[in-house]
Amino acid sequence: MREIKVLGSGCTKCVKTAEIITTVANKLGVDAQIIKETSPQAIMSYGVMRTPAVVIDEKLVHSGSIPHEQQVVEWLQ
Amino acid sequence: MFVIFTRLADWLTYTLFSLPAGSKLADAVHFFIEDVTKIYALLLAMIYLIALARASLNVERVRDFLAGRARGVGYLLASGFGAITPFCSCSSIPVFLGFTSAGIPVGITMAFLMTSPLINEVAVLLLLSLLGWKFTLLYVVVGMGVGILAGLFLDAIKAERWLLSFAAQALAEARQRSGQPQASEPEVLTLQQRHQFAKDETIDIFSRVWKWVIIGVGLGAALHGFVPAGWLEDHLGNGQWWSVPAAVLLGIPLYSNATGVIPVMESLITKGLPVGTTLAFCMSTVAASFPEFILLKQVMQWRLLAILFALLLFAFTLVGWIFNAFTPFL
Repeated sequence: MREIKVLGSGCTKCVKTAEIITTVANKLGVDAQIIKETSPQAIMSYGVMRTPAVVIDEKLVHSGSIPHEQQVVEWLQ
Repeated sequence: MFVIFTRLADWLTYTLFSLPAGSKLADAVHFFIEDVTKIYALLLAMIYLIALARASLNVERVRDFLAGRARGVGYLLASGFGAITPFCSCSSIPVFLGFTSAGIPVGITMAFLMTSPLINEVAVLLLLSLLGWKFTLLYVVVGMGVGILAGLFLDAIKAERWLLSFAAQALAEARQRSGQPQASEPEVLTLQQRHQFAKDETIDIFSRVWKWVIIGVGLGAALHGFVPAGWLEDHLGNGQWWSVPAAVLLGIPLYSNATGVIPVMESLITKGLPVGTTLAFCMSTVAASFPEFILLKQVMQWRLLAILFALLLFAFTLVGWIFNAFTPFL
């Protein structure tokens, strides 16, 4: 199982990011646990300054915008 | 170049809606249509072009650039970058912490964060098209000045004392680390990537600001059509000293971004409100908002928050007074 964290203050962009990832994971049949990380301290620990950001299995893969569906597919495959 | 929008407004107001020319309603409707269409067209075209040019500038690069700079020039650079670097206000806290954990002093970080909402490409563009280049220049200089001086002041009083402990600790650790902070690799973007970025950025910004334009121009149009010419001038036109702090206090609970407030500024000024009072009102609406202050509570103690709030109040009042005092000589 893959652990996917969406980092962000909980603004609408972060919610949308989590939604897109959930949809894509379901479509691809990837077993994933999606966690929304809102604590500023945790976000800082990943060195992220632009939210929403995405961390997959503790590796930062994206920062600063709602990812495109195609990007999410690439991460999950 | 902008005459096409006047024509469009003429046609819609007088021909399509057949409102009697010269009536208050027709005036307001005409003003609304002309400004909204003009602003929308400008926004779409200019956001795209500007985004294309600055696609590779981001907060990470600004941080790397500011980290380890001499203080004096740091404030100026930070507020300059605040003006041109795009970031969403929901990222202010991560940006604050990112700068802090790179050892950048609180004052320099705040100079960046305060200038950012005040000055951005959308604001400058609107000011240029609605109020002319002189006023735009004034606005930019004052906006940056407030950011720089507030930053200097915060460092002079050692504001880092009042950060929450985890943020203070990150700052202290970064200061102890020897050597340069590790710089992130500057990305080299292809034209295709730049286009993609600019397209996303245009859609993103436009979808965020279009309603502010409607609200701002709507208020401006109401002022324009229904407040009698000279009314503001008769009542507040002498720049009575109390009118400036009153405008600032009125502006704080009102929250808008620069896009919404600039069309209101246009109406206020043409109705005879003194420039200083208008600037003070608009800057306090844009820069000091309760939701943002509450966000900052996640990284600082109440005390620092209160100081920041008082500082902005004071700064905008001073801006208003100075401009009202000097307007007659300009």
